[in-house]
Amino acid sequence: MIQFSNVSKRFRRNQVLKGINLAITRGQRVALVGSNGAGKTTLIRCLLGEYNCSGLVTVDELNPREFRQQVLAKVGFVPQLPPPLRMPVGQLIHFAASLCGAEAERMQHVAGLLGFDAVQYRHQPFVKLSGGQKQKLLIAIALGRDSELLVMDEPAANLDPEARHTLFKLLAEKQQSSAMLISSHRLDEVASLVNRVVEMDQGEIVLDDVVADLVDMSSQLACQISMVQFEPAFAKALGEWGFSSSSVNTIWTGIIAGPDRLRFLGMLSRYAALLSGIAMDEVVQSRKEHVA
Amino acid sequence: MKHLWLTAYNDIIESLRARWFMVYSLVFGGIVVILFVFGLSESRVMGFTGLSRLLVTYIQLSMAILPIFVLITTVRSVAGDREAGIFEYMLSLPVSLAAWFWGRFLGRFFVVFLPVFMAMLAALVWGVIKGSAIPWNLFIFYSALLMALAWCFLGIGMLISTLARSSDVAQGAAFLTWLVLLLFLDLILLGIMIQENLPPETAVAIALANPMQVFRTATMMLFDPQLVLLGPTAYVILDNFSQAGYIAYAVIYPVLFGSLCAAIGYLVFRRSDLP
Repeated sequence: MIQFSNVSKRFRRNQVLKGINLAITRGQRVALVGSNGAGKTTLIRCLLGEYNCSGLVTVDELNPREFRQQVLAKVGFVPQLPPPLRMPVGQLIHFAASLCGAEAERMQHVAGLLGFDAVQYRHQPFVKLSGGQKQKLLIAIALGRDSELLVMDEPAANLDPEARHTLFKLLAEKQQSSAMLISSHRLDEVASLVNRVVEMDQGEIVLDDVVADLVDMSSQLACQISMVQFEPAFAKALGEWGFSSSSVNTIWTGIIAGPDRLRFLGMLSRYAALLSGIAMDEVVQSRKEHVA
Repeated sequence: MKHLWLTAYNDIIESLRARWFMVYSLVFGGIVVILFVFGLSESRVMGFTGLSRLLVTYIQLSMAILPIFVLITTVRSVAGDREAGIFEYMLSLPVSLAAWFWGRFLGRFFVVFLPVFMAMLAALVWGVIKGSAIPWNLFIFYSALLMALAWCFLGIGMLISTLARSSDVAQGAAFLTWLVLLLFLDLILLGIMIQENLPPETAVAIALANPMQVFRTATMMLFDPQLVLLGPTAYVILDNFSQAGYIAYAVIYPVLFGSLCAAIGYLVFRRSDLP
């Protein structure tokens, strides 16, 4: 679906991309990782036809620069930093829906699934929303239409656990028919979402690997965490994941999204000395729902 | 076409919520209010009194303020939007570059012309309420000339925004452009050059090429048809153009010049990196 052939990009004396060769097919979910300045954003902008570059970039054999409308009609894009748009939420949705030939109601519905009531906030300027709300709306615009290629820059970074789970479920629905390119500077943020990892460093691909694709994106895990003793900072971190404690404040229970397990374990590792027990069981019901 | 109007509408909504638009509207609305407060409509100059006098003063002030306001707000917001990542996101949507660029141009034109026109219209409405005679011919000609001036400087602003990659550079270039055009008005550098024996053809050519001078001469012509204020240059203008011809030139030339600048800006924009 996507083909980068010997793609290079130079800004005056600074060569940001150095002969990138990369092919991505439908069904592939690619993590594009690398430190700041590795060339991830430049590569994405070349893919979106926003930058001129040498070499060849094609999406379904069309050059995104020459055939931008045909190519971009298939692309759902979520930037890392939300643009400071002053237009109201309702207008942004209608503008995007009209350009994409999609239904505004569908985007509003996806926003609702993510926990953002776009109808209630329709008169609110986009720039005045919270970081999480902006992220949810941009994801809703990208997913609330028939996109065949999803390009997302740290899409789950500002989302609460519930919204993350919904996002994973929405991505699971698209995983067979679409290609996904998920950019992040940390692999653990996106590892469970992808089945291929491409690492960039100083404008070059330094790693291109297929990863185990065993995690059902819509799965959930019921967790019970036991602490040696109550620790407010740990309790706060668990609270942010939607966990609650029983009458004994050293035992905490909650549900996490399956693809979030690595990220969750990463958080737990910071409090390893306080842990006396961890139990994680897949919630069977959600798998049944997904299969149904 | 649908995408063009959508983008234009979008730009209008964005601009109406921007702080610069509030300042811009306040300045032009404020000028009219101040002119009324200081009783300019009651005073008499060269036989002009009432609303005609007020409009003559308003148009002279607009000539000084409108170009720099249009230039600075255009380059600030367009180049600023690029820096802030608005281009990156909006141009990831399937909109053609032509619809995006010209849609923004049209939307911005509506926004910069609206307060200037509304202020003038408000003066007229106030005049009607007060029972003053309405100088319809002045109002129509001034509206057309202001429209042409706004269009011209918007085109220049769009070109500068496309060429300059940062809003700081864009603002500097916009200010310099305005300063150069201002210097080549008959009352500043052009006047000195004529004193220093600049060939009259060259002086007239500069005057006819400078959209600010074209506007100034045309507005003068409307209350001073023989261009007495302009001196001997008036003969060249009146012999070559006639009064009606020059007024037509003063409307058409800035529109063509602004369109040319915007068209060059569009060609550069289409070929360069977008965000």
